[in-house]
Amino acid sequence: MAATNRVLILFAHPALEKSRVHRYFIRGLDSMEGVTFHDLYENYPDLHIQAPREQELLAAHDIIVLQHPFYWYSSPSILKEWQDLVLQFGFAYGDNGTALRGKKMLTAITTGGPEDSYTTEGFNRFTIRQLLAPFEQTAHLCGMEYLPPYVIHGIHRLTQDEVNTHTAEYHRLILALRDGTADWQKARNWPRLNHDLSQILLPAQTDHA
Amino acid sequence: MHSFFFQAFIYLFAAVVSVPLAKRFGLGSVLGYLIAGVIIGPNVLRLIGSEHHAVMDVAEFGVVMMLFLVGLELRPAVLWELRGPILGMGGLQVLATAIVIGGAAMACGQAWQPALAIGFIFAMSSTAIALQSLNEKGQLKTPGGQACFSVLLFQDVSVIPILAFLPLLATIKMSGAEGQEHGPLGSLPAWQQALLVLSAVAAIVFAGRFLLRPIFRYIASTHLREMFTATALLLVVGIAQLMQSVGLSPALGTFLAGVLLAESEYRHQLEADIEPFKGLLLGLFFIAVGAGINFSLIATHPGLIAALVAGVLVLKFVVLWILGRAFKLDNAQSFLFGFALAQGGEFAFVLFSFARSIGVLTSEIADLLMAVVALSMAVAPLLFTINDKVVQPRFTKRRAEREADQIDEHDNPVILAGFGRFGHVVGRLLRANGFPTTVLDHDPDQVEALRQFGLKSFYGDASRLDLLHSAGAEKAKIFILAIEDDARGLEIVQTVQQHFPHLQIIARANSRQHAYELMKLGVTEIYRDTLGSSLDLSVGALRALGMRGRRAYRAARIFRHHDELAMRDLVNWLSDENAYISRARQHIENLEQILKSDETRLEEARDPAWEPGYDGA
Repeated sequence: MAATNRVLILFAHPALEKSRVHRYFIRGLDSMEGVTFHDLYENYPDLHIQAPREQELLAAHDIIVLQHPFYWYSSPSILKEWQDLVLQFGFAYGDNGTALRGKKMLTAITTGGPEDSYTTEGFNRFTIRQLLAPFEQTAHLCGMEYLPPYVIHGIHRLTQDEVNTHTAEYHRLILALRDGTADWQKARNWPRLNHDLSQILLPAQTDHA
Repeated sequence: MHSFFFQAFIYLFAAVVSVPLAKRFGLGSVLGYLIAGVIIGPNVLRLIGSEHHAVMDVAEFGVVMMLFLVGLELRPAVLWELRGPILGMGGLQVLATAIVIGGAAMACGQAWQPALAIGFIFAMSSTAIALQSLNEKGQLKTPGGQACFSVLLFQDVSVIPILAFLPLLATIKMSGAEGQEHGPLGSLPAWQQALLVLSAVAAIVFAGRFLLRPIFRYIASTHLREMFTATALLLVVGIAQLMQSVGLSPALGTFLAGVLLAESEYRHQLEADIEPFKGLLLGLFFIAVGAGINFSLIATHPGLIAALVAGVLVLKFVVLWILGRAFKLDNAQSFLFGFALAQGGEFAFVLFSFARSIGVLTSEIADLLMAVVALSMAVAPLLFTINDKVVQPRFTKRRAEREADQIDEHDNPVILAGFGRFGHVVGRLLRANGFPTTVLDHDPDQVEALRQFGLKSFYGDASRLDLLHSAGAEKAKIFILAIEDDARGLEIVQTVQQHFPHLQIIARANSRQHAYELMKLGVTEIYRDTLGSSLDLSVGALRALGMRGRRAYRAARIFRHHDELAMRDLVNWLSDENAYISRARQHIENLEQILKSDETRLEEARDPAWEPGYDGA
């Protein structure tokens, strides 16, 4: 199967030592062919982000995955800094800012709160998709297609087995994105992409993985 | 007469008592040893007597070791760079001094032959005293110190031709075979002697390049520390013996071996092993010189000897000073050069005895002049002290007054004092960001060097009020102190505070102590010069150990923040050492606790600070 998409994973976790899920998610990502794993906090521990380098990376990939824990209904701070510095006028948006046009963006996050807390009636009063609106609109402004987010809820209550299952699933999703075998149109109105992954990942590919 | 242990006790006791005292009075260790020698010598306490010549022989070995150590510090490439000063300055110093002092001797009624011999012998300076004192005062690397070193090296070499040349000046008929005592090779024809000398040097060069490293590697692999020391000593003793047997200066041979080993990986180990021996033997040497001063002779001709000592010192000084100026040393460095080498040298004892034995000088004159040499050596440390305490301070002031640059930048918002390793980064960053900065530096070489890179600064002493005025201190907003000298820095801060209270002072602190001093003066913006880079390095080390970059970075920030808070507290406890130490320990413990708790916090499965969305269910 020919690799059709190049995938860039922008990973932001300030305290990987305490991570329950991400530390497993990121294992093996950097050895996947056609996938670039980019650890922002490790590359820029002082938050001094080099915009030109980041823009080159963006230009060289087709699908941008923002993978991070969900902090204060948003991303860890370095990802905001990244947006502020990298998504420049004339590069990402504006008359000549067409570098990102036609690319896809996926948010892959973990939350401590359970899924039912992210409802209008729930503890957090908003849905994940509502809370991710700034990311969605950012992608939109840059001419990118924003995919339904990949979300793992209630991470504190996950057993190790469940973490392992999610990890395998996440890796399968990344490969499907790379190979163009994921049908996210079905998930367009789902609260999250992994609401039912088996419907999205095309059978031929799922058998493979 | 006395047992060996008694001898050792006397020498060591004298040194242990007198040297620290001399240091305390700012006189340097050399003078301390000399005084110890005089006191235990035959003239005062008579604790040492006839065996003192044997001691002298052992002690001269200290000079040999010192040259070995000097060689170790000097890579061949550096030595090659110094060839100009060594041959030029050294050669001219020996010749000019010989002619001037020889002329003076003729004026005093000597025939030209003995006069010339006296001239050459007095051209020698004391390697032991000069290098030891320069080193002790950290002046060896100054231009004047380097000039001293070059000249001393040439003198050491020139002893050989002088020894060969002296017999030609003999005018006194000698009875018996006394003239044959200069080395076992004296009977060989000259070309054979030359051949032997050359092969000895070649042997040392060959051994130094190809044999010594494998040997040291083999010895080091035994992991017996004392074996390494023994090998190092064996090397020095062996070379000294070889050189002596072909009539060369042992010091020169070991110096050569040192240079050849300067680039080997064993250099530091060798230094560490030989250093204490050198120190003790040199001390012994100085004690022996002190004890050897013939006071009865001095007592019989006090005026004459005093005049001779003064005459020798003055003539040598003048020659050296002129030479220094001719070789482009500035005035202050020329004075250092002159004072450092004005005394007579240890080779003079050898040469005078030799000259007497082959009938160049009468015993009377030789004895008299040896006393002059010894006294000039005794006075030498005083000359250093005079130079440091009286001459140099005057110079730095006068020099600054005369040569301070005209400052043509008056309206800059920033004045930066100090444009060295620290300040030039500050200056570059400010200027690169469009803040015109007036830079002052009191090291003319630094000013010149940085100008070559297009970095403009003005030569001048920032502690001077008039200079601050002309640098535009009235109109500036910020004064940055970035000089390396603690005391001067504090002085400058006080001047600025007193006369330009509107200037915000941002100061580099060269040490924790210096930071406290600055805090006491009320400076709030204090940056310790090594803190940032040592924390940077620590971050690198933590990351190399596998810690995540962000966490390592945060740990360093926490450390820095805490340390700065601790300093602001500790400055209040400086007057009470015990309280200071216990509080400082408390701060260190607290910091470790904080960093550790940060660690455990990170390792906890749940951290409310990072997971606010968690509903607690």
